[in-house]
Amino acid sequence: MRQLLIMLLLWLPLSAQAAIDSFEFRDDEARERFQHLTAELRCPKCQNQNIADSNSPIAQDLRTEIHRMVQQGDSDQDIIDFMVARYGEFVLYRPRVTAQTLALWYGPFVLLAIGAVVVLVMTRRRKRAGSSDGAGNGPADVLDPSQGLSAAERHRLDELLKQDKK
Amino acid sequence: MLRRLLVFIPLLIFFVMGIFLWRGLQLDPAELPSALIGKPVPSFSLSSVYDENRLLSEQELKGKPALLNVWATWCPTCKQEHEQLNRIAQEEGVTIYGINYKDDRAKAQDWLTRYEDPYALNIYDDKGSLGLDLGVYGAPETYILDKDGIVRYRHVGEVNEKVWGKLRTLMQDLDGSGS
Repeated sequence: MRQLLIMLLLWLPLSAQAAIDSFEFRDDEARERFQHLTAELRCPKCQNQNIADSNSPIAQDLRTEIHRMVQQGDSDQDIIDFMVARYGEFVLYRPRVTAQTLALWYGPFVLLAIGAVVVLVMTRRRKRAGSSDGAGNGPADVLDPSQGLSAAERHRLDELLKQDKK
Repeated sequence: MLRRLLVFIPLLIFFVMGIFLWRGLQLDPAELPSALIGKPVPSFSLSSVYDENRLLSEQELKGKPALLNVWATWCPTCKQEHEQLNRIAQEEGVTIYGINYKDDRAKAQDWLTRYEDPYALNIYDDKGSLGLDLGVYGAPETYILDKDGIVRYRHVGEVNEKVWGKLRTLMQDLDGSGS
Protein backbone atom coordinates (compact mmCIF):
# COMPACT_ATOMS: atom_id res chain seq x y z
CA MET A 1 0.00 0.00 0.00
CA ARG A 2 2.73 2.42 0.96
CA GLN A 3 4.65 1.57 -2.14
CA LEU A 4 1.61 2.21 -4.28
CA LEU A 5 1.16 5.59 -2.63
CA ILE A 6 4.77 6.53 -3.29
CA MET A 7 4.39 5.45 -6.88
CA LEU A 8 1.33 7.65 -7.27
CA LEU A 9 3.09 10.59 -5.68
CA LEU A 10 5.95 10.16 -8.10
CA TRP A 11 3.57 10.62 -11.00
CA LEU A 12 2.14 13.89 -9.70
CA PRO A 13 4.90 16.34 -10.58
CA LEU A 14 5.34 14.76 -13.99
CA SER A 15 1.78 15.40 -15.10
CA ALA A 16 1.88 18.93 -13.74
CA GLN A 17 4.98 19.77 -15.76
CA ALA A 18 3.66 18.44 -19.02
CA ALA A 19 0.62 20.69 -19.10
CA ILE A 20 2.24 24.07 -18.52
CA ASP A 21 5.04 25.72 -20.25
CA SER A 22 5.84 28.38 -17.76
CA PHE A 23 7.50 31.62 -18.61
CA GLU A 24 8.62 34.18 -16.14
CA PHE A 25 8.40 37.81 -17.06
CA ARG A 26 10.23 40.76 -15.65
CA ASP A 27 7.01 42.78 -15.37
CA ASP A 28 3.33 42.75 -16.32
CA GLU A 29 3.91 44.82 -19.40
CA ALA A 30 6.28 42.17 -20.78
CA ARG A 31 3.73 39.47 -20.02
CA GLU A 32 1.02 41.40 -21.86
CA ARG A 33 3.23 41.97 -24.86
CA PHE A 34 4.11 38.29 -24.97
CA GLN A 35 0.45 37.28 -24.84
CA HIS A 36 -0.48 39.83 -27.46
CA LEU A 37 2.32 38.78 -29.84
CA THR A 38 1.75 35.04 -29.54
CA ALA A 39 -1.96 35.60 -30.21
CA GLU A 40 -1.26 37.66 -33.33
CA LEU A 41 1.32 35.38 -34.90
CA ARG A 42 0.27 32.30 -36.77
CA CYS A 43 1.83 28.90 -36.28
CA PRO A 44 3.52 27.83 -39.55
CA LYS A 45 2.80 24.17 -38.91
CA CYS A 46 -0.81 24.07 -37.78
CA GLN A 47 -2.07 26.92 -39.78
CA ASN A 48 -5.38 27.55 -38.10
CA GLN A 49 -3.86 28.19 -34.73
CA ASN A 50 -1.80 31.00 -33.39
CA ILE A 51 1.48 30.46 -31.62
CA ALA A 52 -0.13 30.80 -28.20
CA ASP A 53 -2.64 27.99 -28.82
CA SER A 54 -0.63 25.49 -30.76
CA ASN A 55 1.13 22.59 -29.13
CA SER A 56 3.33 21.74 -32.09
CA PRO A 57 7.08 21.73 -31.38
CA ILE A 58 7.69 24.65 -33.71
CA ALA A 59 5.11 26.77 -31.85
CA GLN A 60 6.84 25.92 -28.58
CA ASP A 61 10.16 27.00 -30.07
CA LEU A 62 8.67 30.22 -31.31
CA ARG A 63 7.09 30.93 -27.92
CA THR A 64 10.48 30.45 -26.30
CA GLU A 65 12.06 32.73 -28.89
CA ILE A 66 9.44 35.45 -28.46
CA HIS A 67 9.77 35.18 -24.69
CA ARG A 68 13.52 35.61 -24.99
CA MET A 69 13.14 38.66 -27.21
CA VAL A 70 10.50 40.24 -24.99
CA GLN A 71 12.70 39.74 -21.92
CA GLN A 72 15.60 41.21 -23.83
CA GLY A 73 13.55 44.35 -24.41
CA ASP A 74 13.08 44.10 -28.18
CA SER A 75 10.18 46.12 -29.56
CA ASP A 76 7.04 44.48 -30.97
CA GLN A 77 8.09 45.56 -34.43
CA ASP A 78 11.51 43.92 -34.01
CA ILE A 79 9.89 40.65 -33.03
CA ILE A 80 7.39 40.74 -35.88
CA ASP A 81 10.17 41.55 -38.36
CA PHE A 82 12.20 38.66 -36.96
CA MET A 83 9.32 36.25 -37.57
CA VAL A 84 8.48 37.58 -41.03
CA ALA A 85 12.14 37.35 -42.10
CA ARG A 86 12.05 33.63 -41.33
CA TYR A 87 8.52 32.48 -42.01
CA GLY A 88 7.25 35.12 -44.41
CA GLU A 89 4.21 37.41 -44.31
CA PHE A 90 2.19 34.28 -43.81
CA VAL A 91 2.72 34.32 -40.03
CA LEU A 92 0.88 37.61 -39.63
CA TYR A 93 -2.76 37.15 -38.75
CA ARG A 94 -3.09 40.86 -39.37
CA PRO A 95 -1.43 41.31 -42.76
CA ARG A 96 0.44 44.48 -43.57
CA VAL A 97 -1.11 47.00 -45.94
CA THR A 98 0.86 46.52 -49.17
CA ALA A 99 -0.03 46.59 -52.85
CA GLN A 100 -0.80 42.87 -52.62
CA THR A 101 -3.09 43.11 -49.62
CA LEU A 102 -4.95 46.28 -50.64
CA ALA A 103 -7.87 44.26 -52.00
CA LEU A 104 -7.99 42.30 -48.77
CA TRP A 105 -8.09 45.40 -46.58
CA TYR A 106 -10.32 47.66 -48.64
CA GLY A 107 -12.20 45.22 -50.91
CA PRO A 108 -15.15 44.88 -48.51
CA PHE A 109 -15.59 48.65 -48.34
CA VAL A 110 -15.51 48.87 -52.14
CA LEU A 111 -18.17 46.14 -52.34
CA LEU A 112 -20.25 47.97 -49.76
CA ALA A 113 -20.01 51.18 -51.79
CA ILE A 114 -20.99 49.34 -54.99
CA GLY A 115 -23.98 47.85 -53.17
CA ALA A 116 -25.03 51.27 -51.89
CA VAL A 117 -24.77 52.77 -55.39
CA VAL A 118 -26.85 49.93 -56.88
CA VAL A 119 -29.57 50.37 -54.26
CA LEU A 120 -29.56 54.12 -54.79
CA VAL A 121 -29.80 53.83 -58.57
CA MET A 122 -32.59 51.28 -58.33
CA THR A 123 -34.73 53.32 -55.94
CA ARG A 124 -34.20 56.44 -58.06
CA ARG A 125 -35.19 54.62 -61.19
CA ARG A 126 -38.37 53.32 -59.58
CA LYS A 127 -39.24 56.75 -58.28
CA ARG A 128 -38.78 58.23 -61.71
CA ALA A 129 -40.85 55.52 -63.38
CA GLY A 130 -43.60 56.18 -60.82
CA SER A 131 -43.67 59.96 -61.20
CA SER A 132 -43.55 59.99 -65.02
CA ASP A 133 -46.91 58.20 -65.06
CA GLY A 134 -48.43 61.03 -63.12
CA ALA A 135 -49.26 58.94 -60.09
CA GLY A 136 -48.00 59.71 -56.58
CA ASN A 137 -44.27 60.24 -56.17
CA GLY A 138 -43.58 59.32 -52.56
CA PRO A 139 -41.86 56.08 -51.57
CA ALA A 140 -45.35 54.67 -50.89
CA ASP A 141 -46.07 54.18 -54.60
CA VAL A 142 -43.43 51.49 -54.69
CA LEU A 143 -45.42 49.49 -52.17
CA ASP A 144 -48.70 49.73 -54.08
CA PRO A 145 -48.15 48.71 -57.68
CA SER A 146 -51.63 49.76 -58.86
CA GLN A 147 -50.76 53.41 -58.13
CA GLY A 148 -48.22 53.38 -60.93
CA LEU A 149 -50.82 52.51 -63.56
CA SER A 150 -52.38 54.96 -65.96
CA ALA A 151 -56.15 55.12 -66.38
CA ALA A 152 -56.07 52.96 -69.54
CA GLU A 153 -53.87 50.35 -67.87
CA ARG A 154 -56.11 50.19 -64.84
CA HIS A 155 -59.08 49.68 -67.07
CA ARG A 156 -57.33 46.79 -68.78
CA LEU A 157 -56.34 45.27 -65.48
CA ASP A 158 -59.98 45.37 -64.34
CA GLU A 159 -61.03 43.63 -67.54
CA LEU A 160 -58.47 40.89 -67.00
CA LEU A 161 -59.51 40.36 -63.39
CA LYS A 162 -63.16 40.12 -64.46
CA GLN A 163 -62.22 37.45 -66.94
CA ASP A 164 -60.67 35.46 -64.13
CA LYS A 165 -63.89 35.49 -62.11
CA LYS A 166 -65.98 33.84 -64.81
CA MET B 1 -32.22 44.50 -73.49
CA LEU B 2 -30.10 45.52 -70.52
CA ARG B 3 -32.57 43.85 -68.19
CA ARG B 4 -32.27 40.64 -70.09
CA LEU B 5 -28.49 40.69 -69.68
CA LEU B 6 -28.85 41.39 -65.96
CA VAL B 7 -30.53 38.02 -65.59
CA PHE B 8 -27.21 36.38 -66.40
CA ILE B 9 -25.30 38.10 -63.60
CA PRO B 10 -25.93 35.36 -60.99
CA LEU B 11 -24.77 32.74 -63.50
CA LEU B 12 -21.63 34.76 -64.16
CA ILE B 13 -20.95 35.13 -60.43
CA PHE B 14 -21.46 31.39 -60.06
CA PHE B 15 -18.86 30.62 -62.70
CA VAL B 16 -16.30 33.08 -61.39
CA MET B 17 -16.64 31.69 -57.88
CA GLY B 18 -16.59 28.17 -59.23
CA ILE B 19 -13.27 28.78 -60.97
CA PHE B 20 -11.71 30.28 -57.84
CA LEU B 21 -12.95 27.51 -55.57
CA TRP B 22 -11.88 24.85 -58.04
CA ARG B 23 -8.39 26.28 -58.09
CA GLY B 24 -8.46 26.48 -54.31
CA LEU B 25 -9.13 22.75 -54.13
CA GLN B 26 -5.88 21.93 -55.88
CA LEU B 27 -3.69 24.23 -53.81
CA ASP B 28 -1.92 22.77 -50.83
CA PRO B 29 -2.15 25.34 -48.05
CA ALA B 30 0.57 23.52 -46.10
CA GLU B 31 3.07 24.37 -48.83
CA LEU B 32 4.61 27.68 -47.92
CA PRO B 33 7.18 29.46 -50.03
CA SER B 34 10.28 30.09 -48.00
CA ALA B 35 10.85 33.67 -46.90
CA LEU B 36 14.51 33.12 -47.74
CA ILE B 37 14.19 32.57 -51.49
CA GLY B 38 16.85 34.70 -53.18
CA LYS B 39 18.66 35.26 -49.90
CA PRO B 40 21.84 33.61 -48.66
CA VAL B 41 21.78 30.80 -46.13
CA PRO B 42 21.80 32.46 -42.68
CA SER B 43 25.21 32.51 -41.08
CA PHE B 44 25.86 29.84 -38.50
CA SER B 45 28.66 28.13 -36.66
CA LEU B 46 27.73 24.62 -35.67
CA SER B 47 29.65 21.43 -35.20
CA SER B 48 29.65 18.43 -37.49
CA VAL B 49 27.50 15.47 -36.51
CA TYR B 50 30.61 13.30 -36.55
CA ASP B 51 32.97 15.57 -34.64
CA GLU B 52 32.02 18.19 -32.07
CA ASN B 53 35.30 20.01 -32.56
CA ARG B 54 34.87 20.47 -36.29
CA LEU B 55 32.94 23.72 -36.76
CA LEU B 56 30.99 24.27 -39.96
CA SER B 57 29.75 27.58 -41.34
CA GLU B 58 27.64 28.81 -44.24
CA GLN B 59 30.86 29.41 -46.20
CA GLU B 60 31.32 25.69 -46.66
CA LEU B 61 27.99 25.32 -48.46
CA LYS B 62 29.18 27.46 -51.36
CA GLY B 63 30.91 26.27 -54.51
CA LYS B 64 28.31 24.41 -56.49
CA PRO B 65 24.54 24.00 -56.63
CA ALA B 66 23.47 21.63 -53.87
CA LEU B 67 20.58 20.35 -51.84
CA LEU B 68 20.28 21.24 -48.18
CA ASN B 69 18.24 18.62 -46.38
CA VAL B 70 16.82 19.06 -42.88
CA TRP B 71 16.43 15.72 -41.16
CA ALA B 72 16.20 14.01 -37.79
CA THR B 73 16.06 10.49 -36.45
CA TRP B 74 12.69 11.21 -34.78
CA CYS B 75 11.13 12.03 -38.13
CA PRO B 76 9.49 9.08 -39.92
CA THR B 77 9.26 10.83 -43.28
CA CYS B 78 13.01 11.42 -43.16
CA LYS B 79 13.47 7.68 -42.96
CA GLN B 80 11.18 7.27 -45.97
CA GLU B 81 13.12 9.66 -48.16
CA HIS B 82 16.54 8.57 -46.98
CA GLU B 83 16.94 5.87 -49.58
CA GLN B 84 16.03 8.30 -52.33
CA LEU B 85 18.66 10.75 -51.03
CA ASN B 86 21.26 7.98 -51.00
CA ARG B 87 20.44 7.19 -54.60
CA ILE B 88 20.55 10.84 -55.69
CA ALA B 89 23.95 11.32 -54.04
CA GLN B 90 25.52 8.09 -55.20
CA GLU B 91 24.12 7.60 -58.68
CA GLU B 92 23.51 11.15 -59.82
CA GLY B 93 26.44 12.70 -57.98
CA VAL B 94 24.39 15.50 -56.44
CA THR B 95 25.90 17.31 -53.46
CA ILE B 96 23.59 17.09 -50.48
CA TYR B 97 24.28 18.88 -47.22
CA GLY B 98 22.45 17.67 -44.14
CA ILE B 99 21.15 19.57 -41.17
CA ASN B 100 20.52 17.23 -38.27
CA TYR B 101 17.65 19.11 -36.66
CA LYS B 102 16.94 18.96 -32.91
CA ASP B 103 18.37 15.52 -32.58
CA ASP B 104 20.79 13.50 -30.53
CA ARG B 105 24.35 13.16 -31.77
CA ALA B 106 24.74 9.48 -30.93
CA LYS B 107 21.40 8.55 -32.51
CA ALA B 108 22.24 10.55 -35.62
CA GLN B 109 25.62 8.85 -36.02
CA ASP B 110 24.01 5.47 -35.50
CA TRP B 111 21.38 6.23 -38.16
CA LEU B 112 24.01 7.33 -40.67
CA THR B 113 26.07 4.18 -40.25
CA ARG B 114 23.01 1.98 -40.44
CA TYR B 115 21.25 3.58 -43.42
CA GLU B 116 24.30 5.06 -45.18
CA ASP B 117 25.23 8.71 -45.33
CA PRO B 118 24.26 10.66 -48.45
CA TYR B 119 25.46 13.96 -47.01
CA ALA B 120 28.64 15.74 -48.04
CA LEU B 121 28.55 17.67 -44.78
CA ASN B 122 26.41 17.04 -41.75
CA ILE B 123 25.54 20.02 -39.61
CA TYR B 124 24.56 19.23 -36.03
CA ASP B 125 21.77 21.65 -35.05
CA ASP B 126 20.52 20.18 -31.78
CA LYS B 127 19.02 23.45 -30.51
CA GLY B 128 17.27 24.10 -33.81
CA SER B 129 18.88 27.55 -34.08
CA LEU B 130 19.83 27.22 -37.74
CA GLY B 131 16.41 25.66 -38.34
CA LEU B 132 14.79 28.73 -36.82
CA ASP B 133 16.85 31.09 -38.96
CA LEU B 134 15.96 29.06 -42.05
CA GLY B 135 12.28 29.13 -41.19
CA VAL B 136 12.05 25.36 -40.83
CA TYR B 137 8.67 24.33 -39.46
CA GLY B 138 8.82 20.59 -39.78
CA ALA B 139 11.36 18.05 -40.95
CA PRO B 140 12.04 16.97 -43.60
CA GLU B 141 12.60 20.10 -45.62
CA THR B 142 14.85 20.34 -48.64
CA TYR B 143 16.35 23.54 -50.02
CA ILE B 144 18.08 24.13 -53.32
CA LEU B 145 21.19 26.28 -52.98
CA ASP B 146 23.03 27.80 -55.90
CA LYS B 147 26.81 27.92 -56.10
CA ASP B 148 26.92 31.17 -54.09
CA GLY B 149 24.93 29.65 -51.25
CA ILE B 150 21.74 31.52 -52.16
CA VAL B 151 18.47 29.73 -51.36
CA ARG B 152 16.56 29.13 -54.60
CA TYR B 153 13.77 26.81 -53.64
CA ARG B 154 12.30 25.01 -50.68
CA HIS B 155 10.35 21.79 -50.59
CA VAL B 156 8.55 20.73 -47.40
CA GLY B 157 7.93 17.03 -47.00
CA GLU B 158 9.31 13.89 -48.53
CA VAL B 159 11.58 14.03 -51.57
CA ASN B 160 10.08 11.21 -53.61
CA GLU B 161 10.68 10.36 -57.25
CA LYS B 162 8.19 12.95 -58.50
CA VAL B 163 9.49 15.76 -56.28
CA TRP B 164 13.08 14.92 -57.17
CA GLY B 165 12.18 15.20 -60.86
CA LYS B 166 11.08 18.76 -60.23
CA LEU B 167 14.08 19.60 -58.04
CA ARG B 168 16.45 18.16 -60.64
CA THR B 169 15.05 20.39 -63.38
CA LEU B 170 15.41 23.41 -61.10
CA MET B 171 19.01 22.47 -60.29
CA GLN B 172 19.87 21.93 -63.94
CA ASP B 173 18.48 25.40 -64.74
CA LEU B 174 20.76 26.79 -62.05
CA ASP B 175 23.74 25.00 -63.50
CA GLY B 176 23.03 26.40 -66.93
CA SER B 177 22.37 30.03 -66.01
CA GLY B 178 24.38 30.30 -62.82
CA SER B 179 27.78 29.93 -64.41
